[in-house]
Amino acid sequence: MNITATTDVQHKVRHIIADLQHKPGALMPILHAIQDELGYIPDDTVPTIAEGLQITRAEVHGVISFYHDFRATAPGKHTIHICRAEACQARGCRTLERHAQQTLGVDYHQTTPDGDITLEAAYCLGNCATGPSIRIGDDIHGRVTPARFDALVDQLQTVPLVIQAAQAGADRKEDSNHG
Amino acid sequence: MVKVFVPRDTTALSLGANQVADALEQICGGQDADIDLVRNGSRGLFWLEPLVEVETGQGRVAYGPVTPEDIPALLDQGMLEGKPGHTLYQGLTEEIPYLKDQQRLTFSRAGIIDPTSLDDYVHHGGYVGLRKALARIPQEIVDEVKASGLRGRGGAAFPAGIKWQTVLDADARTGSSPYSKRKFIVCNADEGDSGTFADRLVMEADPFMLIEGMTIAGLAVGADTGYIYLRSEYPVAHKILNEAIARAGEAGYLGNNVLNSGKAFHLEVRLGAGAYICGEETSLLDSLEGKRGQVRVKPPLPALKGAFGQPTVVNNVLTLAAVPFILAEGGQAYADYGMGRSRGTLPFQLTGNIERGGVVELAFGVTLRELLEDYGGGTASGRPMRAVQVGGPLGAYMPESQWDTPLDYEAFSEVGAVVGHGGIVVFDDTVDMLDQARFAMEFCAVESCGKCTPCRIGSTRGVEVIDHIRANQERDYHLNLLEDLCDTLEDGSLCAMGGMTPNPVRSALHHFPDDFHQDRTTASRTPAGEA
Ligand SMILES: Cc1cc2nc3c(=O)[nH]c(=O)nc-3n(C[C@H](O)[C@H](O)[C@H](O)COP(=O)(O)O)c2cc1C
Ligand code: SF4
Ligand code: FES
Ligand code: FES
Repeated sequence: MNITATTDVQHKVRHIIADLQHKPGALMPILHAIQDELGYIPDDTVPTIAEGLQITRAEVHGVISFYHDFRATAPGKHTIHICRAEACQARGCRTLERHAQQTLGVDYHQTTPDGDITLEAAYCLGNCATGPSIRIGDDIHGRVTPARFDALVDQLQTVPLVIQAAQAGADRKEDSNHG
Repeated sequence: MVKVFVPRDTTALSLGANQVADALEQICGGQDADIDLVRNGSRGLFWLEPLVEVETGQGRVAYGPVTPEDIPALLDQGMLEGKPGHTLYQGLTEEIPYLKDQQRLTFSRAGIIDPTSLDDYVHHGGYVGLRKALARIPQEIVDEVKASGLRGRGGAAFPAGIKWQTVLDADARTGSSPYSKRKFIVCNADEGDSGTFADRLVMEADPFMLIEGMTIAGLAVGADTGYIYLRSEYPVAHKILNEAIARAGEAGYLGNNVLNSGKAFHLEVRLGAGAYICGEETSLLDSLEGKRGQVRVKPPLPALKGAFGQPTVVNNVLTLAAVPFILAEGGQAYADYGMGRSRGTLPFQLTGNIERGGVVELAFGVTLRELLEDYGGGTASGRPMRAVQVGGPLGAYMPESQWDTPLDYEAFSEVGAVVGHGGIVVFDDTVDMLDQARFAMEFCAVESCGKCTPCRIGSTRGVEVIDHIRANQERDYHLNLLEDLCDTLEDGSLCAMGGMTPNPVRSALHHFPDDFHQDRTTASRTPAGEA
């Protein structure tokens, strides 16, 4: 990462902290906002967060590492969560996860070598009557057979990224207006 | 202009509802057919989603499950006039037996209204409860909730009225704390149990009901702020809730002066970050305060020292969502439903390998078999049902011999099972119960908050022990060890995560012993759902 990029990240993070630090229990909203903006919570933002909230770096680090959602490294362009929980097991999610891991060539918490897709586990997406369920970005898909999984992955790789990024940015803005 | 409804809850969207809505608008636009497209919540008849409804003089007529490719034929065959003929025609929505036979108190508006339309909400009986509450003193509101017999729907089934009384009576002055004199309402919307989505559907189909319930709770105990702690796995609910909260604020139902009463109530959604344990109330509170979500030792009760050290009501979404009805119709009207000490209704959630999955709201007392057969219609795979897990990942696996148990907290407890949040997960005869027991231990290892050794380490040991059993290594020794581990988890855990993980493990072991005794080095099995 070059110097300007680093300053840019620090600038964004300071901005987020300034926006949210007045909230009671501001750390979780701040971590979410940083991850929404940057895709992850870079290690070198931890001191900035700690300073902004007047807590120790160890505390910030402890919180980041406790929650499955927060990540300290950049994810792939897309993140796919596969539901591993019981109701989806009853509809064949064990087969689906094997298929996904084989076709993508990665295990959970890993990113494909081309940086395209990060695979994550979820424990229930609240879509338990129509499993197996997966989540891609903020979209949840039901009754995902291996063939349907492949089709969804193909779609990700063909839709121009510019459009997806713009869409994701717009959604985020809308959310943070109320958040 | 004819009103056409296409749902926008997570399940309908997961099955292509947006594509159906797009196709409808495009084709109708091309044909100059004027439609007024409403994006409602879902009725909770998930096997029919996407369920398109058309308003007619006789009532709303349903078609489902609809794909975008079906739209031209549906329109040709008179869908916009509510005509029969097409194979997806389901008749009048309200007459579909699955829905007609339910006792919907909490889900009375779900799927009927546009979830973010305050007008719709008010036209369908919304905010009657709040207006009644505003005319009463706090003790009278608490008494009404006590009279309803409502017990917490998050799992522990603690009487809501008694919890509210504790918070009402609590002294909120705590020295120098910046939060001194304040009390809080926290809605537990972490809904982590597999096989549950009733909280989600409330938030996506009728969010003002939850907002109203929390506002009433605030009036009852003297709290001016509420938080909805929402799991991050629910992006659709997040969006709809935020929209509804903003609208309620604009219309004066939230804010510094609720309906000009001089009372304040502010509401904010806070997102979790993928931790099952944050559904446990004290862990949730730590998370809300910006800490690791570790379970607190009780006492002090959250009712006395909860969010930010202040007296706090923590209630599940369904608990708070039942409150507007109770205030509007009276506690007795709610208590008239149910059996024994389980009063009112519970939205049961039929999930897993089930032909007709969805939300079935009924009074307590219905048997599991009635739900599985009359409503659920058997398995989706068409194979025999073998095991049913009720009450989430910490609930027992029930064999057929227990399916005549009435859904009632006490009756379930007598057979070693739990009703929990009302989730019902069905497995057919391809299920391998050893795999299910192993997953229960694995889940505990992944989701443990780490405070207690038996939960943190014992669960990992549990996975290993089950792997030894699978591999046919010293089977009897390891079966005994598994029972010992379960004892240790039960005796040495601070919360139900470690304390109840033995439920699924032991029930699998005791009710389905064959799966733990067969020699797998030769047997070949078909994993669930692959047949
Ligand atoms: C491991 C664990 C997970 C829990 N998850 C949830 C949950 O997701 N939602 C919920 O409402 N209650 C959950 N609970 C129960 C809460 O601790 C608490 O009893 C509940 O929020 C109180 O609200 P109620 O009285 O309205 O049920 C969980 C409890 C435990 C031990
Ligand atoms: S039983 Fe497990 S989840 Fe519960 S407090 Fe102990 S370590 Fe944490
Ligand atoms: S268990 Fe997979 S969505 Fe609920
Ligand atoms: S923690 Fe290992 S046997 Fe109990």
